[in-house]
Amino acid sequence: MENVTLKENDGVKEGVDQETVDAVREVGGKYKYGWSTDIEMEYAPKGLTPDIVRLISEKNEEPEWMTEWRLAAYDRWLTKKEPDWAMVDYPEIDFQDQYYYARPKSMIEKPKSLDDVDPKLLETYKKLGIPLKEQMVLAGVEGAEDIPAEGRKVAVDAVFDSVSVGTTFQDELKKAGVIFCSISEAIREHPELVRKYLGTVVPVSDNFYATLNSAVFSDGSFVYVPPGVRCPMELSTYFRINAENTGQFERTLIIADKGSYVSYLEGCTAPQRDESQLHAAVVEIIVEEDAEVKYSTVQNWYPGDEDGKGGIYNFVTKRADCRGDRAKVMWTQVETGSAVTWKYPSCILRGDDSQGEFYSIAIANNMQQADTGTKMIHLGKRTKSRIVSKGISAGKAQNTYRGLVSMHPKAKESRNYTQCDSLLIGSDCGAHTVPYIEVKNNSSRVEHEATTSKVDDDQMFYCRSRGMDEEEAVALVVNGFCKDVLQALPMEFAMEAQALVAISLEGSVG
Amino acid sequence: MAEAKLQETATEAMISTLSMPQGGWAQPAREDALARVRAMGLPQRRDEYWKFTRPDTLTQAEPVPAAIFEHGDAPMFDGIDRLRIVFADGEFDADASDDLSLEGVKIERLATAMSDLHWARDLYGTLEKNGQNPVPRPLAALNTAFATDGVLIHVTGRPSKPINLIYKHKSETSDAMLHHIVKLDAGAEMTLLENGPAAARFNTVMEVDVADTARFHHVRAQGRDHERRAATHLFTRLGTESLLKSFTVTVNGAMTRNECVIELTGDDASAHVAGASVGDGDFHHDDTVFITHDAVNCESRQVYKKVLRNGATGVFQGKILVKEGAQKTDGYQISQSLLLDGDSQFLAKPELEIYADDVACSHGSTSGAIDEEALFYLRARGVSHAEATDLLTLAFLAEAVEEIESENLREEIIGRLSSWLERRSG
Repeated sequence: MENVTLKENDGVKEGVDQETVDAVREVGGKYKYGWSTDIEMEYAPKGLTPDIVRLISEKNEEPEWMTEWRLAAYDRWLTKKEPDWAMVDYPEIDFQDQYYYARPKSMIEKPKSLDDVDPKLLETYKKLGIPLKEQMVLAGVEGAEDIPAEGRKVAVDAVFDSVSVGTTFQDELKKAGVIFCSISEAIREHPELVRKYLGTVVPVSDNFYATLNSAVFSDGSFVYVPPGVRCPMELSTYFRINAENTGQFERTLIIADKGSYVSYLEGCTAPQRDESQLHAAVVEIIVEEDAEVKYSTVQNWYPGDEDGKGGIYNFVTKRADCRGDRAKVMWTQVETGSAVTWKYPSCILRGDDSQGEFYSIAIANNMQQADTGTKMIHLGKRTKSRIVSKGISAGKAQNTYRGLVSMHPKAKESRNYTQCDSLLIGSDCGAHTVPYIEVKNNSSRVEHEATTSKVDDDQMFYCRSRGMDEEEAVALVVNGFCKDVLQALPMEFAMEAQALVAISLEGSVG
Repeated sequence: MAEAKLQETATEAMISTLSMPQGGWAQPAREDALARVRAMGLPQRRDEYWKFTRPDTLTQAEPVPAAIFEHGDAPMFDGIDRLRIVFADGEFDADASDDLSLEGVKIERLATAMSDLHWARDLYGTLEKNGQNPVPRPLAALNTAFATDGVLIHVTGRPSKPINLIYKHKSETSDAMLHHIVKLDAGAEMTLLENGPAAARFNTVMEVDVADTARFHHVRAQGRDHERRAATHLFTRLGTESLLKSFTVTVNGAMTRNECVIELTGDDASAHVAGASVGDGDFHHDDTVFITHDAVNCESRQVYKKVLRNGATGVFQGKILVKEGAQKTDGYQISQSLLLDGDSQFLAKPELEIYADDVACSHGSTSGAIDEEALFYLRARGVSHAEATDLLTLAFLAEAVEEIESENLREEIIGRLSSWLERRSG
């Protein structure tokens, strides 16, 4: 079904290149990334043991301290219980029936040119809409970095199953002093930075999934922006789960040093399979004095089919620590995929006058279950936070906002504003709000508002009387409902997100 | 698990101090409730439902002694023509009570209503048991099992005056447990008043069955003894086009946990619950509300206001659950706190759980200090700082008091709240 029609330059703002328009137009139809690449993979044996942890560490050529760190995490993991408080329901996960490491075989030796690259891998990138030059870099072609790039610049780090397969624009970033590479590379090349920051925002023992991730994370991205540097381009990570029965455990570490700025985009897809797959990521962000980080996610993992068969179990721990005064962090997420989502990007507002923002659209259709929200921990004086969450449920889906706003006694004159709106489409779905509010001083103000409603009949009638079909009308109304959040996204992402909103709701009416 | 063992020990320790009244129609329900308590165990500090309130002083075998506080003011509701039923430390005080006969209503006591086919048999422990799902309320089950007395009120018409349950506190170590049942027949209407400090520790359950088109008004004033502790439970089932209005004012008390569990089972029913609490110093007040919409076109409203100072703690846990098919639900919830100084705290969890699409539900929660601009406005018009603060505080509380239908009762409550403010600022 092509119900998302984006006509040539119709309604597209000036300055958006044709490529983006094409890409967005392409997003029409059912789950678009449901294919898998039949590529030769190298697996570690199934199951999780200290040996597997050692193997992952060895494959990444990690120093001894890292191996020890992982093994300590593994020991902690054995003592931990899977959390059960979220409003999600899924069959028990057999953690011993998973592959914890998989990588394309062709990555073992670096190819010399595109011709040597496993054509299947290239095919994958092509289907994902990654430009040719970037395909070369991602495929690890030697010298590809030196070829001039076409079009707009976004540095990409792609993670294919367990390993990072390449990062683009490294040279240009290097000139600015920005380090953007895979975390495995960072552990080898910048151990002092990794050692100083890894696990300081999300401690090893934080929660069941974070501890698991600490033991077995295979790759991910690392960003360091030095003091006073405004990162010259947007950084982007692209995650893809390809192999079957494989858990993806990536780890992202972003450090914005004093007075720096970086905008980071994250996208995810996975093939369509009957078996559910596990994804447990950890993202840590450190924001120093006067620095600012924007983190945007479009999460479009395979959500399972209409009957809830298959799909990704997405258990993610994301946290930003505003360590310095006037530090600022902004989380924006569009959650349309995954069978089960368990995700609470949080902000620790430690520095005085620091700010945290959270903008979220969570769409659950068919049998999807999403339990997502944020935590705003106000510790510093005059800290500010803002939460705007839009939850949309359709089909038989359950969508929960769960959040915490905590004003500590010392967080004088702080402010929080929270708005959680839920929209229900169809009578078999559920929308829930579970906010926790803890105010421990009186000079701070906390405001929380939540509403739940259905698509307004008048709005539908208006659209229908202007010739739109029902699905188009719903998509339009829903996009309007999400406006506040869509506006917070970087331009290209916003376009993709808008289209995704429509697709995710396909089949939810009539 | 060590934790489960600890919980079992604590539960058994509590049970061993209590003795179950024997014989009579309530016996099977009591046995059943005891089994429930054993299965659930008493609340523990780590229970999610007790996240903001430490249950230990309510669950330990012996109550913490509480000094008796003589305030010297006129008794609550004194100016209102009412039928008084007095309990002192949980024991019925016949001398202080009025004659229990009143037109349109039949009043009996749980301890003495002996007939085997008593109407209350079908209700005793029934709504409490229903209310244990999805969240356990072990203290309510404990009450069903061991309550020593209570009133059974069967409302068949429209009694001419309110019934007033008065709870006196006489012994510093008293531990009282009362269980009341109110049944309103179709079309009936009554007002129930409750007031007084009751005991050092007080546990009540009130089960209210409101039949179609019946109306139940409930106004409660929780007594002023500073050290008293209480766990109260109001379970209400509402039939078609029926109405519940329940309001609670709380002044002082070291620990108060008011649980309110309401189920709207008939179409077009309406439930309004509200609370105003003012706390100073060693004051912990917890309003826990759970409203279930299980019928079409029902309305529910929760309005809770707390004024806190000198380290007082206010808690609000409110939930609106809209079941599948409960279309056209209108659910509203607001919880607000006014923190008069830097030491007090407000902890809230306003929850929505919705499984029907044609609904309008909203909740709001705010916390903060007195509005400086409003204060400035009043000061500029020559009102003293203390007086302006009082005025704004009273205005803040008034929204909850407005939920009381009777004007006389509203005025009585407002009067009490202003004298609290005067006492404090004086």
